Amino acid sequence: MPVPRTNEFDVPPEQRNSSEGDAQSRLTAEAVARRSYGKLVAFLAARTRDVAAAEDALSEAFASALEDWPRNGCPSNPEAWLLTVARRKSIDAVRRRSTGEAATGELQLLAEGLEAAAAAGAEIPDRRLALMFVCAHPAIDAGVRAPLILQVVLGLDATMIASAFLVSPAAMGQRLVRAKGKIRQAGIPFSVPEREELPARLDAVLDAIYAAFGEGWTDPGGTDVVRRDLTEEAFFLARLVTELLPEEPEALGLLALMLHAQARRNARRSADGEYVPLANQDPELWDAKMIAEAEALLRHAGALGSLGRYQLEGALQSAHVHRCRTGQPNWADVVQLYDALFALAGSPVVAINRALAIAQMHGAGAALAAMPELAADARLAEYQPYWAARAELLAKTGAHAEARQAYEIAIGLERDPAVRRFLQQRQVTLP
Amino acid sequence: MKYILMAYVQESGWTSLTKAQQEEGMAAYRAYNEALSKAGVRVGSSQLGPSSSATTVRVVNAKTQVLDGPFADSKEQLGGYFIIDVPDLDAAISWATRCPASGHGIIEVRPLVGPSA
Repeated sequence: MPVPRTNEFDVPPEQRNSSEGDAQSRLTAEAVARRSYGKLVAFLAARTRDVAAAEDALSEAFASALEDWPRNGCPSNPEAWLLTVARRKSIDAVRRRSTGEAATGELQLLAEGLEAAAAAGAEIPDRRLALMFVCAHPAIDAGVRAPLILQVVLGLDATMIASAFLVSPAAMGQRLVRAKGKIRQAGIPFSVPEREELPARLDAVLDAIYAAFGEGWTDPGGTDVVRRDLTEEAFFLARLVTELLPEEPEALGLLALMLHAQARRNARRSADGEYVPLANQDPELWDAKMIAEAEALLRHAGALGSLGRYQLEGALQSAHVHRCRTGQPNWADVVQLYDALFALAGSPVVAINRALAIAQMHGAGAALAAMPELAADARLAEYQPYWAARAELLAKTGAHAEARQAYEIAIGLERDPAVRRFLQQRQVTLP
Repeated sequence: MKYILMAYVQESGWTSLTKAQQEEGMAAYRAYNEALSKAGVRVGSSQLGPSSSATTVRVVNAKTQVLDGPFADSKEQLGGYFIIDVPDLDAAISWATRCPASGHGIIEVRPLVGPSA
């Protein structure tokens, strides 16, 4: 069973009031934890496929570091030090847990790992990519892939992840334990998939990272301190994937999409905390550096010649930014991009956004006709953007009673107070 | 690792096939078994009799209860199994996709547990 643990390295209070050496050791340990956690877990678990045991051994190794380093000074290679101690801890754990034949096999694997660690020398091979492919394996429940990556690659604890994904810490803890059990028992390999399988499998990794990013978005104002914002973690992961797979256009596309969204984050709220829709945002408030990086990534991805969902969504963001900056309507391009996206990954969400773009070109009537049918997809009934878009379009066609009703449902479904106020405002201004 | 691939299929589908189609189906399974053996991964396999031939047994309060029929009353029934020895789940999945039953039924892939696995 994994022990509760934080990525910030929880130091008991009695150890905090200590000398400078202690403080230095703790800083070094924290820095290594942040930089190397996933690397060490990946390396420790690769042979045994036992992620939970690797995490346990690693957290024991970190605890030893806090005792040893203040006394004997920080080692010249803290990563290697932690790895060696963690290896010894996992051998102890196997000895404690099992005897006889089963233990022999496990100890054999661990011994091989120790040899491999010694052979690797100062440089511990980076198998975090393989670890991410394990977490996002099709045999792992799709809903737990993002939480799993956040935990085993970044070392976030279940409570923190639970608060971001709006589930109870106990339920999140259980799901994570179950997923780690599945990895070990089902024999999910620690490897990067072969060329022909890579795009589909990479999509699952990217989807998990995007899910983590999306979870960080419901509280753009940052007022909700209990809910943890995972934006930074998602960026770390997206950058990690593009570093490890620099020629994968979809990985570049995802990073570009995230940068575009993040660049406009501050502009989504007025000074007094009200929601500001894209069309009313002040482009001066956007982060020009992020937008420039996103554009460069999209160009690079485009040159690699394989279009996908994230590149298309990135290109849509880019088109919106271009229009708002120049004042030149580009709705035909936008509709075309939505068409391509719909053909690739048809979803009601894409259809709704496409309809809103059509409204700009051909009017609200045409847009209403292009909206997805409620009868065709039951999920739409509880999807706020569907009702908000419908209300907006109905208001424009003069169907005020119907618009009022659609706003009512949208307001009832929204959980962000600022967006709720925005919708209420729209509703009361109906004639 | 050893895995069992359990093939769940719609039994009514088989009887609705023509004689020639049935022969073709049997040939596909023979070829699959052959491929498993050639690759050195086949531990064992067998087709099962129809679910109508199944008998369910349990002991309640030291009394044996015997019932006619299979345990699960579902449209897809366990029609056969293959036990294979491969390095990991990905290899097992890749063999499962080659199994003829994956085209007209469902393959459940489960690791075997224990010292012999």
